[in-house]
Amino acid sequence: MDAFKSLVIIMLSAVFVDNYVLTRFLGICPFLGVSKKLDSAVGMGVAVTFVMVMATAVTWPIQTYILGEKLGYLQTIVFILIIAALVQFTEIVLKKFIPALHKSLGVYLPLITTNCAVLGVAINNINESNFNFLQSIINSIGVGLGFLLAMVIFSGLRSKIQESEIPESFKGLPATLIAASFVSLAFFGFGGIIENLFK
Amino acid sequence: MKNNSNLSIILKGILLENPVFVLILGTCPTLATTKTVIGAVGMGIAATAVLICSNIVISLLRKVIPDSVRIPCYIVVIASFVTIVEMVIHAYVPIIYDLLGVYLPLITVNCIILGRAEMFANKNNIAKSALDGLGMGLGFCVALILMATVREVIGVGSFAGISIPFLENYTVKFFQEAPGGFLVYGVLIALVFKITHGKAPYKKEFSCDSCPSAAFCNKAHCQEAKEEI
Repeated sequence: MDAFKSLVIIMLSAVFVDNYVLTRFLGICPFLGVSKKLDSAVGMGVAVTFVMVMATAVTWPIQTYILGEKLGYLQTIVFILIIAALVQFTEIVLKKFIPALHKSLGVYLPLITTNCAVLGVAINNINESNFNFLQSIINSIGVGLGFLLAMVIFSGLRSKIQESEIPESFKGLPATLIAASFVSLAFFGFGGIIENLFK
Repeated sequence: MKNNSNLSIILKGILLENPVFVLILGTCPTLATTKTVIGAVGMGIAATAVLICSNIVISLLRKVIPDSVRIPCYIVVIASFVTIVEMVIHAYVPIIYDLLGVYLPLITVNCIILGRAEMFANKNNIAKSALDGLGMGLGFCVALILMATVREVIGVGSFAGISIPFLENYTVKFFQEAPGGFLVYGVLIALVFKITHGKAPYKKEFSCDSCPSAAFCNKAHCQEAKEEI
């Protein structure tokens, strides 16, 4: 039961408290770039979650069983190559076997190679948190869902901004960033909830 | 005349084509490492070193690398230099290594570096690419330090760890936290737009022109985005 509880805590804190986009600033580019419309925001969020889980499932065993301590310095190069190859591979497989899913997720997949949230979560699982395999997968799912949640909330806010009157200098990106600041402030409210949830 | 153009390559990176405020590249490290001035300086120097080295190597190899696999090649070159810089920082300035943490290996996916490889280094000779790397790196440093100064002075009441009298008693914690980062960044972009009004190729939104990912997504997504507008 304790193991299950710790997994739930990892999951919830990845989604709400430690939200990668809003508190750690990872994956800002897609967050600002692809959040104009709700359906594209959802598509990007799902694609990122998918690649994150896949990347973790591959990079964790490689780091633990192949690189280890001795070849640890190769981590960055190996991880980014794995992610790039994985994204290509996923695209080919989806195109061949699930064309419907490829049609909706396909355009977002190549953009994910340079998404720092994917590399960030793969590195953090090992270097910062020392998670085991199951915990890493759960954490990746949580981070992906947190990204999706932030994208969905933010796309709603952005459609409101487009209708409002903004000073000339603030039009476009500055207004978007200030809106992101408010969403981030809202997520601040989750801090401290998780620790007290299971007392 | 020749010196003039070389100088202008460096200078344009600092204001008119500032990677952070005008080209809007590398947003993640900009927001994440500007809590303190020391972190910002460390990040700026590390990224500049990687940028200059990778620009030189990519410019050297621009005729060797086949066009269809150039992005993976660039990523390998960049990741190698990031690993070198990471090891150097770990060995000589462990304070900055701890301060930057995961953002140090994440320089690999910093869009400034891939973007300059794609936009500049694979079209120009070695000297020009090196100068471009230097200019862009300086622009990145200036932007980071500017943001970190605002956030540290108001948020903690100190500058690069040295506390400022009066201000240290009246701090606004908001600027140290994540929302403050977004706010300061937004306001600074608006300010730079006001200053360079009409001179800089200002971007209203993210577009494909400077997006380093555009090369391998075949602009599929951007066409969709254009239709939306």
